[in-house]
Amino acid sequence: MRCGDFKENYIDDEELFPSPFTKFWLALFFIFLIAFPFMANAHLLYIANMIGFAVIGAVGLNLLAGFTGQISLGHAAFIGVGAYTSAILVTRYGISFWLSIPLAGLVSALAGMVIGIPSLRVKGLYLCIATLAAQFIFGFTFVHWESMTKGITGIHIPPPAIGGFQFDTEKNFYWITLLFVILGVGYARNLVRSKMGRAFVAIRDRDLAAEIMGINLFRYKLSAFAISSFYAGVAGALWVSFLKVVTPEHFPFMLCIQYLAMVIVGGLGSVIGSIFGAVFMTLIPEILNVLSDMVKSYSPGMGKLIIPFKQVVFGSLIVGFLIFEPRGLAEIWSRIKKFFTLWPFSY
Amino acid sequence: MDYSILIQVVVAGVATGGVYGLIALGFVLIYKATSILNLAMGEFMTLGAFICFTSLTIIHVPFYIAFFITIVFAVILGIVIETLILRPMIGEPVISVIMVTIGLGAILRGLMYMIWDPTYRTFPPIFPPKPLNLGFAVIPSGLLWGFIFALITTLVFIVIFKFSRTGVAMRATANDQQAALSMGVSVRGVFALSWSFGAIAAVIGGIVIGNISGIDIYMGDIGLAALSVIILGGLDSIGGAILGGFIVAILQNLAGLYIDPLIGGGAKEVAPFFIILLIIMIRPYGLFGKVTIERV
Repeated sequence: MRCGDFKENYIDDEELFPSPFTKFWLALFFIFLIAFPFMANAHLLYIANMIGFAVIGAVGLNLLAGFTGQISLGHAAFIGVGAYTSAILVTRYGISFWLSIPLAGLVSALAGMVIGIPSLRVKGLYLCIATLAAQFIFGFTFVHWESMTKGITGIHIPPPAIGGFQFDTEKNFYWITLLFVILGVGYARNLVRSKMGRAFVAIRDRDLAAEIMGINLFRYKLSAFAISSFYAGVAGALWVSFLKVVTPEHFPFMLCIQYLAMVIVGGLGSVIGSIFGAVFMTLIPEILNVLSDMVKSYSPGMGKLIIPFKQVVFGSLIVGFLIFEPRGLAEIWSRIKKFFTLWPFSY
Repeated sequence: MDYSILIQVVVAGVATGGVYGLIALGFVLIYKATSILNLAMGEFMTLGAFICFTSLTIIHVPFYIAFFITIVFAVILGIVIETLILRPMIGEPVISVIMVTIGLGAILRGLMYMIWDPTYRTFPPIFPPKPLNLGFAVIPSGLLWGFIFALITTLVFIVIFKFSRTGVAMRATANDQQAALSMGVSVRGVFALSWSFGAIAAVIGGIVIGNISGIDIYMGDIGLAALSVIILGGLDSIGGAILGGFIVAILQNLAGLYIDPLIGGGAKEVAPFFIILLIIMIRPYGLFGKVTIERV
């Protein structure tokens, strides 16, 4: 008797939704996502939106770092480029929000390609340092190009609207976030099983061998940078439209670390891992906030420690996951799934 | 154009360059032996400055004892971090190892924020405050003593590296780990020692910079600027680190002098990163770095 889920050809193996079981649960999850804004309060919806932006950014970064193996310490810069592009287009040139999002992605993609050029000659450490340098140069530009970015005072952005409907509350913006998350995750999930996705993985595993097999490194490395930065730009543009303001302080080096933490904690080279990572790393500060509120009633000085404590927790998560669970939450997830598929006869 | 300002700026650049060279040396010492780029170097620096500061102001010991305490602390820090965090990562991909050092940096920064809050402090005066007048330029006391300190430390490291038994073991490990291992060199010992040496270089750099411009928990950002020094000099070249330190510091000061008026300030902070991008695009292995040839 057949026991378990067998794949008999490659088409089955590459299927997006492999079994009726997955389809059922995904549908249920989708219904939950639709119903969520009607049940949750404003604070929960705020967190949900934040998770959405994090998912888009993290999936993008994972395409670059996890699938193509190119390290980027400049993700915050690309998020910033997208955010500023959208803000400037909307406020200064009166372009509609809906057009400004893809444009923001394109400008970010362009910036990403320029920064990605060194990846053709150098890799590993050197590439990492080049992207780090880009992060600081972009950060500097945001502060000092005052005629465009208005420096540290920042830009105020009007909420997006269709006709008379304003996307100004957490609940209304949730629909925009949800739409882009579904588009982003769906595209990434499809990309990694296409020719391009397999080329990315080949480059990650051994770029010279990949080149010998006929993969055009120039093209695919730059595409990886462009796609990843496009995601970052869209995430940034959505994020600041949601916050209704953009300042250079939104894109510190810490944000890069946060996104890398999402990708690593979630699992390098796994789309669903990035989603787990984004959810997890967005919820952790919230949980810490709740905890600190509880402690605050006993000792009022503790509230100040929350910011550094967050850093310590992020750092420990990165170090801990890399040492003990290098493949992240995605691996834990698949272990749990495997346990239940074979349960109770796991041998 | 008034040349006296130019000369003054270049001389100050040379003095700062010594300190940059020292921090860069910290990077190189660790990289040479273990092939790890320690991005937590800035936090090591800050930590050293804070330890020294605390010993001076809270325990009230004289400077030489505070200095000694800091060095001992650096040695322990290096060994503990190498054994606990970096040793399990041997053989992992570069991205993981770099991320571990970044995570480590975040932990250290958060801990420092919790222990010493982020207010800005000035260091108690430990060097005679008299500036040195060279005739054509004046060097402020902090820069002068910083330069002397950095120079002495660098020389000590070079002597250890070139002439002592330990130094030979370190060079052997850097050259070929397998061969060194079979010749009886304790590669683990060398790894731990390299981290200690790197940490010592960083904390001395931290003390010197804290002395020049005061300390707060963000002073470690200079550690990132020092990356440009090792990129320029080559990741595994001690001589490159020292020479690169001078070049970067002078270029940085010149940028402050000539470019700041054009863009309204801040050129000094961002100049090292432009240097990084330029070098990586033109000559990625730096001036003296080893060119690696990769085979499939």
